[in-house]
Amino acid sequence: MMVDQEASIIVASAADIIVAREMGRKVGRELNFSLTDLTIIATVISELARNIIVFAKEGNVKVGKIKQGGKLGIQIIAEDNGPGIVDVFLAMQDGFSTGKGLGLGLPGVKRLMDEFEILSDTGKGTTVSVIKWVL
Amino acid sequence: MEVPILKQSDYLIATIQAALTDEDLLNLHYALVERVGKHRSKGVIIDVTALDIMDSFATRTLRSLAHMVKLRGAETVICGIQPEVAFTMVQLGLTLEGISTALDLEEGLDLLKKIDTKKRKV
Repeated sequence: MMVDQEASIIVASAADIIVAREMGRKVGRELNFSLTDLTIIATVISELARNIIVFAKEGNVKVGKIKQGGKLGIQIIAEDNGPGIVDVFLAMQDGFSTGKGLGLGLPGVKRLMDEFEILSDTGKGTTVSVIKWVL
Repeated sequence: MEVPILKQSDYLIATIQAALTDEDLLNLHYALVERVGKHRSKGVIIDVTALDIMDSFATRTLRSLAHMVKLRGAETVICGIQPEVAFTMVQLGLTLEGISTALDLEEGLDLLKKIDTKKRKV
């Protein structure tokens, strides 16, 4: 697995969310993703970046190109040093929310992407890593 | 970026022209709810043709906006949701339940007129 990191954006305000998703679109276009996939990528970044702002106030969104076997894809990593998620299993259930969201953020993101990984440590922070492969 | 709100006879038309920050969306919220009273509008159209994504925040804001407009006695129609945006919203599990939608501005105005005529008959 090889990752070519294209950008790392500090997310600390609502305006940064737009910057982050534009970066995702740019990298996605370079990988020749379809318009639907570009919309999915931008939406996923928007959801993950908003989670950072709502729950951790500040964090990072990294966008990169990933190569695995013969496959090429886009990898998005959203990380923060916020409070962390107490029950990741519950957070992955549709309709569960402790924040201001719809409670659909993470399961929805998982549905939209090909690979989904979440690491969360209470008191230390959360890292969500997702990949979408170019078909 | 502020969203311009146009008054067209009994209706208000808000055309979103570019990606909006959360703050812009909330400002639109307050501006519309206030203008509905000021102009005694019967309906509001929000044209989202230029929006390249609708995430959970945007969806929630539009939904609450429509409900507030309704409490002020007017109807809301959201028009111009792009096909790939619709696709992504459904996958993400976002809905605009109970809110009227239309393909474009023209259809949106037609729909508002129909709702209005129905209301007057009652």
